[in-house]
Amino acid sequence: MNDPRTLALIVGVLALLTIVTAVGQFLRRHPDRGLDPAAVRTFNSRIRGWWIMCTVLAAAFWLGTTATVVLFGLVSFWALREFITLTPTRLGDHRALFWVFFAFTPAHYVLVGYDRYDIFSVFLPLYGTLFVLARVAIAGDSKRFLERTAKIQAGLMVCVYCLSFAAALLQLPVATPTTAETPLPGTANFRLLFFLILLVQFADCMQYVWSRMLGRRLVAASVSSNRTWEGLLGSVVSTSLLASALWWAAPPYQPWQAALAGCVVSLMGFAGGMTMSAIKRDRGVTDYGTLVTGHGGVLDRIDSTCFAAPVFYHITLLVAEAAGR
Amino acid sequence: MLSPADPHLTTPPPAAATKARRSPVCHAAGLTLAAIARVLSGASVRWISSQPDTCQRVYFSNHTSHLDALLIWSSLPRAVRELTRPVAAKDYWSRGAVRRWLAEKVFDALLIDRTDIKVHQSPVDLMLREIGDTKSLIVFPEGSRSVNGEIGDFKSGLYYLAKKRPELELVPVHVDNLNRVLPRGEFLPVPMLSCITFGPPLWLEQQEAKLDFLARARRAVMTLKES
Repeated sequence: MNDPRTLALIVGVLALLTIVTAVGQFLRRHPDRGLDPAAVRTFNSRIRGWWIMCTVLAAAFWLGTTATVVLFGLVSFWALREFITLTPTRLGDHRALFWVFFAFTPAHYVLVGYDRYDIFSVFLPLYGTLFVLARVAIAGDSKRFLERTAKIQAGLMVCVYCLSFAAALLQLPVATPTTAETPLPGTANFRLLFFLILLVQFADCMQYVWSRMLGRRLVAASVSSNRTWEGLLGSVVSTSLLASALWWAAPPYQPWQAALAGCVVSLMGFAGGMTMSAIKRDRGVTDYGTLVTGHGGVLDRIDSTCFAAPVFYHITLLVAEAAGR
Repeated sequence: MLSPADPHLTTPPPAAATKARRSPVCHAAGLTLAAIARVLSGASVRWISSQPDTCQRVYFSNHTSHLDALLIWSSLPRAVRELTRPVAAKDYWSRGAVRRWLAEKVFDALLIDRTDIKVHQSPVDLMLREIGDTKSLIVFPEGSRSVNGEIGDFKSGLYYLAKKRPELELVPVHVDNLNRVLPRGEFLPVPMLSCITFGPPLWLEQQEAKLDFLARARRAVMTLKES
């Protein structure tokens, strides 16, 4: 962790967090500024969640690649249990769910940990799907068969498969454009992962801010009451700007490529948020659990990351190839 | 309504009665199992208009899974847990050495013979004799696990407990989602998130009829589900 770019990124993020924490505390102490106290409370609890997120990530980074993959595996596991808890299942799904939780999810992360992209990229979509279909059929309950199997598959896809691409970033062969400074092989990948998470969180935040300031037209009133087209546009533009300003932190990227990645990440984050809102609306709940105070459940925090991670992974793969050529 | 101003509750219990006869191994096994069950079932614990207390209580709960008693037991604070004994069916828990060891040594369970109930040896008398004036109980008034997650009618044992010892606090408990963690007839758990809710204590009212009281107790458990 002793190369200047990683240090700059860490110091930058810590400074940013300290500033927003100070602003949040200032707003809390001065309720006479004409701001909605509920909004200030939400803001402060969000900041607390970011501190927790940063601390956990930093600890995992410090412990190394394996620890980080395990951490993401645990997050997937927890998100999946929130997902399945909310989804109505029948007794006939019980055995299939057991293997999904205790065999398929860990096996997938083992493959990610051993960098077997050739297998892990098809393991859950192909074998996971086949297994769930067959196991539920063998359990002998045919009622709403396709609906039930589709729910389990959707959970596996979003909570496990998609999120694992964030952990897989650590194994991505990144061609470093400048050979003079020769950073440690792992640090560049850690910065990529941090870059992704930073962009996703920033995009989420910007969407909220722009919606509050300019939001007029709701995207889908029956799904989410605070996501507007103006918020989406504002978030795409500001995330692209931030990404291009931080291009030096993500190894193979050029500024324009970073801007493109920022744009795609904020679009995918939006898609993830909308998808999870639709599921929650259907089930009649506001959030998935109560693990981190004020942050709803784990799934509420990672929905945007889940959708953005695979796309970011593949863009990085292409960019790295282009840089290496 | 009786207030809990009973001499048993204010005087400290005699030391001999509180000191568990459990060996350190059994004690550690209890702690470990409780921790595993808590993690596996992701149980969140809520106390609604109610507080954990070491006074003598009867926790009565809906029954959906074999894990119910273990989860309720492990979601109590340690000091309370030491004083609380789950009531379990003898025909299930005395079969096999492991189950018997778990029931008798680890959880200090009170095993009730469901098949051989006699008038002079009623389960209620046995429970009251066993708890003395220090211990609390966890009971499942439905008698057996429900199949579909609905709460069945309560058996009359709870009423007779309340009638013979009117000063006992009867605390309703609702266990949510555990039937999906370990349904009837399954032995492999699926780690879904469950929730255990403790409600405000109730007592048997003066002149309250048996069926009215049992219906009221059942409603107390059901309202915890919605709250």
